Amino acid sequence: MKFSHFTLIIIVLIATILFAGCAGEQAKPEQTDLTVFAAASLTGALTDIAMEYETMHPDVRIITNFDGSQALRTQIEQGADADVFLSANTKQLYALRDQGLMENATIGLFAKNKLAVIVPASNPAGITTPQDLAQPGTRLVIGTKDVPVGDYARQILKKMGNDTAYGSTYTTSVLNNVMSEETTVTGVVAKVQLGEADAGIVYETDITPDNRDKFTMIAIPDKYNVIAEYPAGVVKTTGNKEEAIRFIAYLKSEQGKAILAKYGFALP
Amino acid sequence: MRGYFQGRKNLYLTIGGGLLITLLLVFIITPIIGLLFRTTPEQFLASLSDPVVWNALVLSLITASLSTLIIIGVGTPVAWINARHRYPGRELVDTLIDLPLVLPPTVAGLALLMAFGRMGLIGGFFYEFGISIAFTTLAVVIAQIFVSLPFYIRQARASFEQLDTTYELAARSLGSTSLPTFFTVILPLVKSGLIAGAIMSFARALGEFGATIMFAGNFQGRTQTMPLAIYTTMQGDLNASITLSVILVLISFVVIALVKYRLRGDVRC
Repeated sequence: MKFSHFTLIIIVLIATILFAGCAGEQAKPEQTDLTVFAAASLTGALTDIAMEYETMHPDVRIITNFDGSQALRTQIEQGADADVFLSANTKQLYALRDQGLMENATIGLFAKNKLAVIVPASNPAGITTPQDLAQPGTRLVIGTKDVPVGDYARQILKKMGNDTAYGSTYTTSVLNNVMSEETTVTGVVAKVQLGEADAGIVYETDITPDNRDKFTMIAIPDKYNVIAEYPAGVVKTTGNKEEAIRFIAYLKSEQGKAILAKYGFALP
Repeated sequence: MRGYFQGRKNLYLTIGGGLLITLLLVFIITPIIGLLFRTTPEQFLASLSDPVVWNALVLSLITASLSTLIIIGVGTPVAWINARHRYPGRELVDTLIDLPLVLPPTVAGLALLMAFGRMGLIGGFFYEFGISIAFTTLAVVIAQIFVSLPFYIRQARASFEQLDTTYELAARSLGSTSLPTFFTVILPLVKSGLIAGAIMSFARALGEFGATIMFAGNFQGRTQTMPLAIYTTMQGDLNASITLSVILVLISFVVIALVKYRLRGDVRC
């Protein structure tokens, strides 16, 4: 008993010293913190971009906040301390612009994306085409109507339903199969990856080299697919406008484009 | 009251204490007032007919009531056994029952998914027979039971322990057997404590968020309870979100009032 208390104290002391060391290292005098609010679908690409950017500009630290674009929009509306907003659709960012919460001159598209159906590698429901999503009993996961990926998915299903190849009942049948509506695309991916869902509608970029073996991707034909447009902009209340503009310029530069392309994004 | 003002030192203590209490009250009440200020009675009533609000309210009341009833049914005998009987491992059982109290709800949600999901330990077995548990209304109830069970059992056990054994012994000596004694003598004496525990469990079940969204998913009318609807609509329809929050605030006030009232009426032995 005595020995374990002693060990505990030592561990706590060591941890304190280690953390104090970390804090001391990071507290450089002229460091700029740039807070970037980004759509969840940008998680992989932006993490890479932030690392590259920090290497190029050692005086800047990028703090990222990933969530559904609609959640980030609400956070900014309620006064969250963001410098840059990267949205997965124009709707959420333009809503902020229309309320006068963005620096209008800084707004511009920086990436494009497409949607796809993913199924777990084991494919328990035997889904091979978008038509199969309408089979009764299919466990489908999509986004809520407010998160861009859910909004796009509904647009696609509607387009398919308007086509005689799918039939007018297609849209309703598929929506009836939805078992959960997630607030982020990463939530949809997780449910499919866990094998709890038979299929999910996500972005093509959600299939990455890291998780490729866990999913099978079923492409959505271009005539039904929608092009997701990703706009970037500086938030009006930023304290680092210049740095924020420089960061967005980097996103659109050759280096930035190369990383986005590596993650499967198309460029505007 | 007079005692408080004897001497200067006590006066300072009183002022300091009063200040502290005032600060604390402001801290607790301001957010509630902030919520009420963001809505008007017209907006509130208009949102009430919004299907998102309506569905969530109905689903929440049904699932929380159901889980509370199940907890009472299972929890009462367990609390009684643990209060009155010694058996090997009783302390372990007590500790495990308390575990959900300290377990973060997200951990509970993931754990439930690993147990009852279709790839899970138990869920996998059921899935072979075509029965899905996760992402259904049943999953909502399971999550609620998991997190709110300890609230009832703790209160019930404390009530049973406070009860003097002479009541049972008297009943037994008059020829009553154990089960009738329990229902006709013991239960009426601890009724208030049990009801207070049930109300606390109900309130916890009603507020359940983390475990539900992970284990039952988020689907309007099926698994989207009030806390999930508040989270979802906050990202699109703030009015609906505030309306739901105000309803939950009102329910919370009623719950606290009922518990206070009930516990005061309990028998002291």
